[in-house]
Parts: sequence; C-alpha cells; structure tokens
Amino acid sequence: MTTDLGMPAFAPRGVGHLRGDQSFPEAAREALGNKQLRSNLGRATATIRTKRAAVVAEVPDWADLRTAGAAIKDAVLADLGAQLLRLEKQVTAHGGHVHWARDANEANRIVTDLVRATGQTDVVKVKSMATQEIGLNEALAEAGIAAWETDLAELIVQLADDRPSHILVPAIHRNRTEIRDIFLREMGRAGVPAPAGLTDEPRELAEAARLHLRAKFLSAQVAISGANFAVAETGTLAVVESEGNGRMCLTLPKTLITVMGIEKLLPTWRDLEVFLQLLPRSSTGERMNPYTSMWTGVTPGDGPQEFHLVLLDNGRTATLADPDGRAALRCIRCSACLNVCPVYERTGGHAYGSVYPGPIGAVLSPQLTGVKDNPSLPFASSLCGACYDVCPVAIDIPTMLVHLRAEAVASKGMKAERAAMGGVSSLMRHPRLYGAALRMGRLGRILGRRRGVIRRLPWPMSAWTRARDLPLPPTETFRDWWVRTHGSP
Amino acid sequence: MRVALFITCLVDAMFPQVGKATVGLLERLGYDVDVPLQQTCCGQMHTNTGYPDQALPLVRQFADVFAGYDAVVAPSGSCVGSVRHQHAGLASRAGDAGLRRQVDAVAARTYELSEFLIDVHGTADVGAYYPHRVTYHPTCHSLRLLQVGDRPHRLLRAVRGLELVDLPGAETCCGFGGTFALKNADVSAAMLADKVEAVISTGAGVCSAGDSSCLMHIGGGLSRGDLPVRTVHLAEILAST
Repeated sequence: MTTDLGMPAFAPRGVGHLRGDQSFPEAAREALGNKQLRSNLGRATATIRTKRAAVVAEVPDWADLRTAGAAIKDAVLADLGAQLLRLEKQVTAHGGHVHWARDANEANRIVTDLVRATGQTDVVKVKSMATQEIGLNEALAEAGIAAWETDLAELIVQLADDRPSHILVPAIHRNRTEIRDIFLREMGRAGVPAPAGLTDEPRELAEAARLHLRAKFLSAQVAISGANFAVAETGTLAVVESEGNGRMCLTLPKTLITVMGIEKLLPTWRDLEVFLQLLPRSSTGERMNPYTSMWTGVTPGDGPQEFHLVLLDNGRTATLADPDGRAALRCIRCSACLNVCPVYERTGGHAYGSVYPGPIGAVLSPQLTGVKDNPSLPFASSLCGACYDVCPVAIDIPTMLVHLRAEAVASKGMKAERAAMGGVSSLMRHPRLYGAALRMGRLGRILGRRRGVIRRLPWPMSAWTRARDLPLPPTETFRDWWVRTHGSP
Repeated sequence: MRVALFITCLVDAMFPQVGKATVGLLERLGYDVDVPLQQTCCGQMHTNTGYPDQALPLVRQFADVFAGYDAVVAPSGSCVGSVRHQHAGLASRAGDAGLRRQVDAVAARTYELSEFLIDVHGTADVGAYYPHRVTYHPTCHSLRLLQVGDRPHRLLRAVRGLELVDLPGAETCCGFGGTFALKNADVSAAMLADKVEAVISTGAGVCSAGDSSCLMHIGGGLSRGDLPVRTVHLAEILAST
C-alpha cells in the first residue's frame, strides 16, 4: 500500500453533472427568455420561502440550533478520517458492506458491479443528489441496467428526459399542465401508462404516479439510495422524505445500495436531534418531514438482507483542504438558499450547469471540480447575503464566493480586467492623481448632453446601458467642492 | 469629537450632492466635520471582483487616513460593510498582524450614516422637513452586513412633512451587486425590472436608500422607463429643512 501525500483530486471530467456546457451568464440569458419558467419559479419559490419563514420564526432557539448545526459539522469535518473509519466499523459489525469511492468513476463502477452481481436489470431509486452528481443512472444504463426514479419530481424529470433544476424540488421549473402532458406522453414507455383523460389536478397527477410506481416497488429486487445523514457512533443511515417512496425502496427490495458523500457524517446519535429540526423547517417549510427512515446494517428477517454503503469523495477532500472554502461541506442540501436567492429565482437551476444550483451550488460545484472548470459560478451572485441569513448551518456563502472569485481570477488570464483593476488600484493609492481622474469624469457629460442622461456607453459599460441610464457626471466633484468651500487641498 | 467623512469614490465622482448633504447635516447637528483628502476608496470593487491583492493597498490607505478620528461616517452601507467585514480578512490574508490590529480599530469606529445618527448622536429627529411621498429600499449590505434594521425608517418617520410608504419586497436585492451588473447584466436587469415595478406600485414620488450605488441602479431603470420617480439619498432628505 502506498501513501499519497499530494493534493486531493477534484471530481473528474467526462462523468457526472457538475459542469455545464455554457458559462453562467450565457445560460442565464437563455433561461431569462423563458417566461413560463420564470413564472413557475417565481410562484414556487415564493410559496416555500413564506412557509419556511413561518416555521423558523416559531422556534425560539433557532439561532442556537443553527450554531449547533454548524459546530457539529465542523467538528466532524475536522476529524473526518477517523469518523469515517468509525462508521465503517459499525456498518460492517451490523452486517453491511462498506466501499470507498475516490470519485464518480469508481462509485459508478462499484454500484454497477454490485447490481450485476444480483443478476437484476432493473433498480428503483430513492431521490439522491450524490447519484445525480456522479451520473449513476447513465452509467447503469450503459451496463444495461434501468434505474427508475421513484421520487415524484425526479420521476417527472426522468420521464421528460430533463435535468433536475432544484435540490429539493427537481421539477420546480415545470407547472402541472406540463407535468400532465409528460405523464400522458411518457409513462406508458416506462411501465404502467397514465390513465386516459388525466387532468392537471394535483390529486389525479399523484394518483397516476402512485399507480405507475407501485408496479415498480412490488417487482424491484434492488434499490439505490443516497443518505441525508450517517451516524458514525452507531453505523445508522438516515433518509428524510415527504412521499413515502423512499420508505418503499428502503424496505421492500432484497438488496440496498446507498451512495453517500463523505461529508454527510454526524458523530453521534444525539446529533440527529439538531439536524432533524433544522432540515425539514429549512427545506420544505414543515415542522417535521412525513417520513424518516433509519437503518443500521442488516436486520435479519426485516428489510433488505444485503446492504452496501458506498462512500463518495469526488472532490470533497479537495474542498476540505481549503480553510476558506471547507464550510461548504456543512451543507445538508435543504435548498433554503435557492428559494431566497434573487438570481436563482430568475434563472432557475439549469443555468448553473451543475446538479447543485443556486448559492450553495455556486460555492460547492467550483470546489468539487476545481474553480478552473467552473470559473463563472462564483460570479453568479449580487452578494446580497440572503442565502447566508437562511442557511441552517451558517455557511457564509457571500464571503466564500468572494474568496472563490479571487481563485477564478488567478486560474484564468483575465489580462484586460487585471490591467484595469491594477490601474485603478494604483490610481487610488495617489490621492492627487485620483482627484484629477475623478474630475475627468466631467468629460462624460458630453455623452448625455441632449437628454440629460447617458443612454449608451462603449464596452464594457455597454452592459450597463443596455437596460439602464447613467446620470451625467457632475460639473464639480465632491472633493473639489470641499476644497473650494472648506479650505486648501 | 473628531468626525471624519468617508465620502466613498462613487459619491465623490458622481453624486457630490450626497456628500454635501452629509456634511451639511452633520454640521447642523453640531459636529466639526473633517474630510481628509488623502482618502480614496475602500477597495470593495477589487475585493468582490476577485482582486484582493489590488484591494490591499487601499485597505492600508483607509486605515492610515482615518486612524486619528473618533468616528468615521459614510453615506453608504455597502462601503462601511466592506470596511467592517472585509478589511480584517484582507489584512489577515496578507499575513499582516499590524495592519489587522489597525483595521480592526478603525472599523470599530466606522459608521454608516443612519447608525451614526441613531447610535452615536442618539436621536431619530434631526430636524428635517421634506414634504414628499417616499418609499425606502433598505439596501442589502445595510440590511444584512450591518444589520441597521429600522434605523433609516425611524429617521424618515421623524422627518416633518414626509409620508413613508412601504416598498413591496423591500428586502430583495435591486440587482446592482457592483461588477455583477456588468458580468451578469441580464440577470441584474431582470432583478432591476422587478424592483422598479415594486417602486412604481407604491405611488411614491421619491425612492430613497442609504447607498448611492443601489440608487444609481434603480434610478437608471426608472430613467430608462421614463418613470416619474426620483431617487434621493437618505442624507439628502435628512439634510433638507
């Protein structure tokens, strides 16, 4: 065995969904043109925002819970290696098998081999961000294995051959009429078809999905899940959900394979108390989620009799190595930051190019892939700070974005911008020259002499005047006025 | 009490009337205001665009220029936010413990205008008269970095003749975000459109805020739409008699 003391690896290219084809501004421009998308998103995020605010406000010790959540995560991250070994020991002692996956390719290979060994060609899936991250469904498909999503929203996304656009509500970009159309068109090809005459009533849509999925649950021999939490002390895995589809997958099949990011760990059973309060209130805006499933290895005669846990790194150790970025690993995927983000609300999740959209995606994706592969994401924020306010584990996303912007600039050439920034900085170090430069602003008055405002500016300021006017620069700067009225320079 | 005005680069270059109003107001309240002319910029644009090395000399300069004052007042929540929440990190990043101590000391005495008036001066009524219907946009950095809370509203409510109307979705960003407005111009413009719509819905004739940057953005949108609402900085309202 060798010991590798080099820098931990980033999530590899060519597999999984952490990188987009376009930069954020390009993808956002397209998304902004989609009126239906904006209205779907605006309505949905406003609803969840309001619900969250109400159920958080009623908890008197929310600020303390939040501090505790952050502290527990920081403690486990500071001792991650030892805690993971502790988890492995407990899972193994309870009849489970633990697999270590350095990256998406290794995880996909491990899971594919495990499914192959069962002889099955169909698996049911519990909603899982980790398996979306590594592109597991595609890897299984290449091996001739069909993976069926059973979360309602993931089902909608899968049937439409679409991509998730939200961590919690993957089909948030769809309204119910679009969902009805997808069900009518696609369900038959995947199994039990949608009833003829299906309307867009939520109850009917849910019933169609129930009938479709029931057939899958009852025949499935293998299930694949993610995990919201794992308890190192006991070896217990936990999935929290709303629909009960997860419970079906976690209890009915003979074999259960769980793919979990290594940061999902909690040290002790008692720590769950904090997170089972923080997560549902922050994510769905509920006091408690309807279903919480927990399992520890294998229980003879009850539930899956074969259990595999795949521990996934895929850039997490690299993220952990950065003192100014590692707090992103506290994230419990609640998506509160998405729902309050004015940028996400207008662009939707696809513009981020990664399965992790919104503010947390803008700091997590570039760290998992290396900033070089996602250089536009740290800039996809006005730094308004709404995300930090609602984060249940107090990730200071705006400060982290600023830190990653510096890395993005360092990783790219940015010659023109660097020269401009350097020039302005050195000008600002010389107050006299700076004062003279401000005075030169007066020349800009010529650009708006007709209308009294400036309507068009050359590049790069043309980006401003595409949608906004600029007032005329004053005839006298403040400092010149001060010198004239209050004394000598 | 030695009070220095940190004028901010944007106000200096583009909105001198805001600086004059701040000076006028503070002098009316009995302060002897100084404007050290060695000051330039807090460096926020550099920091937030990914150029911390270029921001560092500006942090050093800020700490030097404002070292000797009892209070430093700025008509900007964003620039004060940068001083209080970014300068320390930049000094530490540079490994300069001396500078870190210096910026911590100056940052603790640096106030956004409404903070200075309510917390230091200790009154909401500054004797202003402004007979207009006004709506207030509570700029993100004032709201979330500085947590000024309702200080600006308390000041505005004490202004004689002024009718303050609630802005729907007030706490949502206007989309300015510094170089965000250029790098993500389309998203920024979409955010601006919604903010402008909210401002118009109030029926106010004046949209006010504590940051000239956000007002320049909102005002730019109002002007482009030929909409009959003026943007006026909080300092200008409070300076009016």
